[in-house]
Amino acid sequence: MSTATSASQQSIVEPLADRPMHHAREARPHEDPHAHSSPTPVGFWIYLMSDCVIFGALFATYAVLGGNYAGGPAPKDLFEPGFIAVETALLLFSSVTFGLAMLRAGKADTNGTLMWLAVTALFGAGFIGMEIYEFNHLIHLGAGPDRSAFLSSFFALVGTHGLHVTGGLIWLITLMVQIRMHGLIGPNMQRLGTLSMFWHFLDLVWIGVFSFVYLVRLI
Amino acid sequence: MSADTHHAHDHGTMGQLMIGFALAAILTIIPFYLVMAEVDMARSTLVGIIMGLGAVQIIVHLVYFLHLKRSSEEGWNFFATIFAVVILVIVLAGSLWVMHNMNENMMPMHEMDQQIEQMKSLQSQQG
Repeated sequence: MSTATSASQQSIVEPLADRPMHHAREARPHEDPHAHSSPTPVGFWIYLMSDCVIFGALFATYAVLGGNYAGGPAPKDLFEPGFIAVETALLLFSSVTFGLAMLRAGKADTNGTLMWLAVTALFGAGFIGMEIYEFNHLIHLGAGPDRSAFLSSFFALVGTHGLHVTGGLIWLITLMVQIRMHGLIGPNMQRLGTLSMFWHFLDLVWIGVFSFVYLVRLI
Repeated sequence: MSADTHHAHDHGTMGQLMIGFALAAILTIIPFYLVMAEVDMARSTLVGIIMGLGAVQIIVHLVYFLHLKRSSEEGWNFFATIFAVVILVIVLAGSLWVMHNMNENMMPMHEMDQQIEQMKSLQSQQG
């Protein structure tokens, strides 16, 4: 946290454009004695916690408004547990494959990392595809966000989660290109670590969504 | 083991990942089974089980996937998490409490209609 360490971190956090990327110091990211004192993981974790509070507010909105159907469809008319189970499985598998990618990256296996990241991206894209299908289906049924307070809060919460996953997917693909171009250098390892936190965090939020938004309302 | 944990500081081990996956899968399958098989239980019991399993699964994810430890990043991560949980509890419990209280104390619609009718009839008598 002192200025001396943060100055020495500068070189790790920001790869300077005018410097060649294949430096000896970046070839062995794990042996850098300062690697653990980087402020980025803590800062990103605090961002995730603030994101958690945003989701908390949306969950609270759904908890308060979720019963106001305005004479429109109720959860039992709209939600299909089998469909949500597949979505949940896709997201959980993507979390595990990201974990496998991180393990490959820890062993400095660039191709293995890229392969597992690609699998993660496929699972994530499958999840987003299913969510878009679901939203489209609901709007076609006349159960769009404008139908009732229940549906407004549903679309706000699940839509925000979906936007996060979409953002994570864009980040994931960008990072795959960067790893392909420069290999598993220090900055890419740091990005991989932060994206891993983000991705697992989104799976964590989804636990709340499938339990509280879907399953509890289907009993 | 100590050398192993030092190495696994950031990304965990294959064992941790697989334990996390197994626990998460079990904790996901049970609530979906309870709903899809339409198990014959009291509604409040089922809600309690599903929410409880969800809370346990969140902890499993934090420990096995996000590698949250009391000591990670000199305790900053842990305390930031505790802080976020406190805020979440206040936001969720507070919203539900306030809105429940308001609903309890609101005049029901039909009573309000009756009152309006009474006011109108009083006005017409006076006029």
